[in-house]
Amino acid sequence: MTWCRQQGQRGVGWLAKARKDPKATSKPRTNLYDQDEAIEKPFDKAQFVRLLSFLRPYRQTVVYVLALMIVLAVANLSNPYLMKIAIDVHITNGNLLGLSLIGLLLLGLQFVVLYCSRQRTRLMSRLGQNILLDMRAQLFAHIQRLSFKFFDSRPAGKIMVRITNDVNQLNQLLTGGLVNLITDIISLVGITLVMFWMNWQLALFSLLVVPLLLLIATKLRRLVRETWRDVRYRNANINANLQETLSGMRVIQCFGREETNLQHFRDLNDDYKNAWMRAMRINMFFGPSVDITQVIGSVVVYWFGSQLLFAGNNITVGELVAFIGYLGRFWGPISDLSNIYNQLLIAMASAERVFEILDYPVDIDDAPDAIELGTIRGEVIFDNVTFGYNDDRMVLQNINLHAQPGQTIALVGPTGAGKSSIINLVSRFYDPQAGSIYIDGQDIRKVSLNSLRRQIGLVLQDTFIFSGTVRDNIRYGRLDATEAEIIAAAKAVNAHEFIMQLERGYDTELQERGSKLSVGQRQLISFARALLADPRILILDEATSSIDTHTEKLIQEALAVLLQGRTSFVIAHRLSTIRDADLIVVIDKGRIVEQGTHLELLGRRGVYYNLNRVQLLQGEAM
Amino acid sequence: MIAGESIFNQNNGSLPEEVLLVRTIRRMLSYAVPYWQHLLVAVVTLTTLTVLGMVNPYFSGMLVDRVLKGGEKQLLLPICGGMLLVALARGVLRYIKGCQIERVGQGVIYDLRVSLYAHLQRLSFSYYDKVRTGELMSRLTGDVEALRVFFSDGILNLYECALTLVVVMVILLKMNTKLTLLCLSMSPFLAWVVFRFDSQIRPAYSHIRRQNASLSAVVQENIAGVRVVKAFAREQHEIDKFARENEKLWERVVYSADVRATYIPIMDLLSGFSSVAVLWYGGYQVIQGNLTLGSFVAFNSYIWSLIWPIRRLGHLVNLLEQALAAAERLFEILDTQPAIASPAGAVSRKVRGKVEFRNVNLHYGSADVLQDINLVVEPGTTVAIVGATGSGKTSLVNLIPRFYDVTGGQVLVDDVDVRDWDLGALRKHIGIALQETFLFSMPVGDNIAFGRQDASQTDIEAAAQAAQAHAFISDLPEGYDTFVGERGIGLSGGQRQRVAIARALLTDPRILILDDATSSVDMETEHRIQIALRSIMQGRTTFIIAHRLATVKDADIILVMENGRIVAQGTHDSLLLTSAIYNDIYQEQYREQERLRDLVQATGTTGGGVVG
Ligand SMILES: Nc1ncnc2c1ncn2[C@@H]1O[C@H](COP(=O)(O)OP(=O)(O)OP(=O)(O)O)[C@@H](O)[C@H]1O
Ligand SMILES: Nc1ncnc2c1ncn2[C@@H]1O[C@H](COP(=O)(O)OP(=O)(O)OP(=O)(O)O)[C@@H](O)[C@H]1O
Ligand SMILES: [Mg+2]
Ligand SMILES: [Mg+2]
Repeated sequence: MTWCRQQGQRGVGWLAKARKDPKATSKPRTNLYDQDEAIEKPFDKAQFVRLLSFLRPYRQTVVYVLALMIVLAVANLSNPYLMKIAIDVHITNGNLLGLSLIGLLLLGLQFVVLYCSRQRTRLMSRLGQNILLDMRAQLFAHIQRLSFKFFDSRPAGKIMVRITNDVNQLNQLLTGGLVNLITDIISLVGITLVMFWMNWQLALFSLLVVPLLLLIATKLRRLVRETWRDVRYRNANINANLQETLSGMRVIQCFGREETNLQHFRDLNDDYKNAWMRAMRINMFFGPSVDITQVIGSVVVYWFGSQLLFAGNNITVGELVAFIGYLGRFWGPISDLSNIYNQLLIAMASAERVFEILDYPVDIDDAPDAIELGTIRGEVIFDNVTFGYNDDRMVLQNINLHAQPGQTIALVGPTGAGKSSIINLVSRFYDPQAGSIYIDGQDIRKVSLNSLRRQIGLVLQDTFIFSGTVRDNIRYGRLDATEAEIIAAAKAVNAHEFIMQLERGYDTELQERGSKLSVGQRQLISFARALLADPRILILDEATSSIDTHTEKLIQEALAVLLQGRTSFVIAHRLSTIRDADLIVVIDKGRIVEQGTHLELLGRRGVYYNLNRVQLLQGEAM
Repeated sequence: MIAGESIFNQNNGSLPEEVLLVRTIRRMLSYAVPYWQHLLVAVVTLTTLTVLGMVNPYFSGMLVDRVLKGGEKQLLLPICGGMLLVALARGVLRYIKGCQIERVGQGVIYDLRVSLYAHLQRLSFSYYDKVRTGELMSRLTGDVEALRVFFSDGILNLYECALTLVVVMVILLKMNTKLTLLCLSMSPFLAWVVFRFDSQIRPAYSHIRRQNASLSAVVQENIAGVRVVKAFAREQHEIDKFARENEKLWERVVYSADVRATYIPIMDLLSGFSSVAVLWYGGYQVIQGNLTLGSFVAFNSYIWSLIWPIRRLGHLVNLLEQALAAAERLFEILDTQPAIASPAGAVSRKVRGKVEFRNVNLHYGSADVLQDINLVVEPGTTVAIVGATGSGKTSLVNLIPRFYDVTGGQVLVDDVDVRDWDLGALRKHIGIALQETFLFSMPVGDNIAFGRQDASQTDIEAAAQAAQAHAFISDLPEGYDTFVGERGIGLSGGQRQRVAIARALLTDPRILILDDATSSVDMETEHRIQIALRSIMQGRTTFIIAHRLATVKDADIILVMENGRIVAQGTHDSLLLTSAIYNDIYQEQYREQERLRDLVQATGTTGGGVVG
């Protein structure tokens, strides 16, 4: 739980203000989705370089775009020059032919500009979108590899924001900013050279204010960076809250929490708005300070220029005026650069968040020398396994278990005993802190995850239905299943009948989480999904908890056939469902307290015997 | 579909598109109205800025003419000082303008987001049965952002363009009418191009927004279902699915850029034409002697101020269309009428707990889910519902808090149709443990107090005690302050259910509904919960849905449901005599019971030893 403690200082819990609880006031209650992992990495060049590295595959496009931009710049600059010639030379001299020629030239130039700017837009959008595409794909693929630990500790909304909003934030910088950056630098260098060439003294004077600008920029930088970070962070809070509100809407309406939620949402939005305005207030300094330094720069040049002029130092009025004209051009790119710089600072706040996920270690991954597990027989051994979701609280202690191929192992025990946790370890969703798990004699940490999980069919305690057709949901684990196989799986779990009653049978579109189905129906579908995957090891974690006893019985009869030759783990609270298991393992408080067959355990008159007695007593009253 | 609440309701389809468009624009702009002062300040400062912008060139002209050329040295200092002052003033104004306009942008999205949020909370279950969370998320984030850009960037730009255009046009017309008209001669073509551009870019932007929503829905679903994805090792499948949406988004965005790439350079070209035309014709006039060189040069130097606003038009159209595409999608949400809302003059009083179903029918889609439900439940009665999966148990109890509306008949609470009740008042007195447990990302204690925020720690603990949750919560690292995640990750299935029961109990409801609330709880714990409930249920109307008869047999009325009908009702004993279905269920469970008893007794006699 370290993550929530770290975040304990910031934000106000959703209930903290409302609850009149002395404990709540003395110790601020926090709300997970108010909080985001504060990123405390300094702005380092490495990150910027990393951002740039996304451009690498598109070097050619970048070069081409640059060339186009240079052409465009030249064309745009020659425009006023040609106009000037037309006026100064041809019109003044009454040369209509010359004027017409220049007019034609100008027209021609317009077409060049048309072509180039069109190409530039097309290429640049492709460039930028390619990068965003790559970045999103990388992020998504990386997230697919992360273990449950990652998902356990963050609301879904926060993960989503990073793939969608944060990546989009980079768009502007990547499409416009970076390319403009280069052209601006080029023209800046060019103009500086020209200025020095014209009059190095004046040039030096005009550059006098540049350090001032740099000073402002660096001073602002840290502030701006922090405020933008704050903005992104608060934005993530809003999104996480939204996401959770939307997912939990039914509960919210059940409990009439709308008002409180709205107030809380207002607070989050206020926070965001304030953060934004703070960022803007600092950000806004950039523009005006560039403007003001520009004028200071011109004044300096005027001042010293005129001093030089009056002192009769080799400078003419014309030169001075021309110089000042160039000085104006000098400030254009500088002002652009400050904009880009700004964009960069904004984008870095998002880039950091993107990279943070990309850098999140994949803690459960194939070992470098992982072997592909062939078709397994299904022997599962827990060798002295100790496990906790957090290092400071062990949930399972010294678990020793031996499942022979084809056996049915039942796990029983009170809620929270650790049954689901044992099962999570078989699929290697988590790694144990101590001990090992062997499947067919192979340590599961040494085999490839894919080859392992593909042979395990799992019905989770929480059913999940994807949006898509019933058919797609059932064959999720084996896309190439035939229609007959799909129907057979549905029939085995007694789902065929109700599926056929749906509007379009197997083609019925289900919504997110299967909201159109009853809870039991959802469970049946996810059961069918696990069966269809044709696994060597089948794990049923309370797979029939929401299903009526009659259907359950029918399923059990069907399973008896289907389970032949497969190892299976069954968790159930209705003891009748597990009585025939080859091995019953009784778990309490993370330890195996008894194991054996039904009869053996009853004979032992221990925990299992008592569980049965309780059930009997309850039933007795019938 | 229930009572006309749909995701995409386009009920004004009969109106012509232009009218709708104007309406959307008006509606969008209306969000800026509360911030008119800020907008006004921004507009005034911008105007001043524009005027001041002409001062410094004037100063530098003066400096060149009079100081450098004319040698009036004493003017140098005042002119330089003046320039600095103006720059300073401009800087300050620019700063003010920036802050004010950001205020407007932020104010608009704040209002929009909050009203969307409030509205979404009013939409009923049937809406959420259909809509995709990720898609809604994308609307409330991406679309709202597009509107912000328009308000903090577009509006002032528009004003600036218009202002410059008008001022420069007046000046130019005064200087030379013919040349000005020539200069504007391209405008009709330009207008046509802008129109074409506009009509192509609009659908492009709404496609982008829609695709963004699809992408976000895929991500959302992937994260929500990550356990299944991993369990079946389908990561690659998910990556492919994402890649398809990702590429589609790429195509849509690039397509819109291509539309821009086609039209905007043409707009530039047309305005470029007019400058060339002016140069040529004006030059010709000068050569002919009809125009002085001086006025031509002056005219020519102003012409760019006429051209850039025209050129910027393309970008503004672009910005506006992006905002419109977003606004339409947001208004769509706001325009979705909640299918279920309190009527005017709704009944709002304390619930006693009488529940009555009169000839109730319900269908979600085409098929009937409930038929001819008739039932009278007096206050304080315990009603148990049994029946096969999908027989309509949940649907039945969902009608009491009016999560859905009946499609026929009436549901009455305290003899008042639930449709006449004030929703808040009604639901306040109903406590529910839904069949699917959802816990929020907050401390366990807060989750339990979800329905009654003023509950004291003692109350919370009492509710947890009754739900048999106190013991395990106390064992958690930080007790009641321990965070549980979204969908209650971090707790076991049974632990979550018990928290949900405690949450329902704490609201001190008159009507308590437990929808299969102990399905993941072990027998012994369930038994203890039942004993605790027995005293809590005193005087409350209680509905219990369960599959095991042992759980329901003590109820005052047991309903047996099949295919959406109540096929039998009565007490346990009377049902055993009257209902074949109930008897079947009983026999099945009873046989189990017999077997169990035999075994336990068998081992009990042979095994000997301690009796637990
Ligand atoms: N993701 C998690 N992070 C931290 N703790 C967890 C997590 N999942 C479960 N736990 C804790 O581990 C313990 C064992 O949980 P587990 O889910 O294995 O129980 P279970 O035996 O399956 O119970 P049930 O019958 O209620 O499903 C519980 O105390 C629970 O609070
Ligand atoms: N929101 C919905 N939209 C459309 N159809 C629905 C919806 N909810 C339920 N149904 C359908 O209505 C029927 C009854 O569902 P209901 O949830 O009431 O069953 P149930 O008796 O509670 O079943 P279970 O024991 O599985 O929870 C089912 O056939 C289901 O597919
Ligand atoms: Mg479990
Ligand atoms: Mg149900």
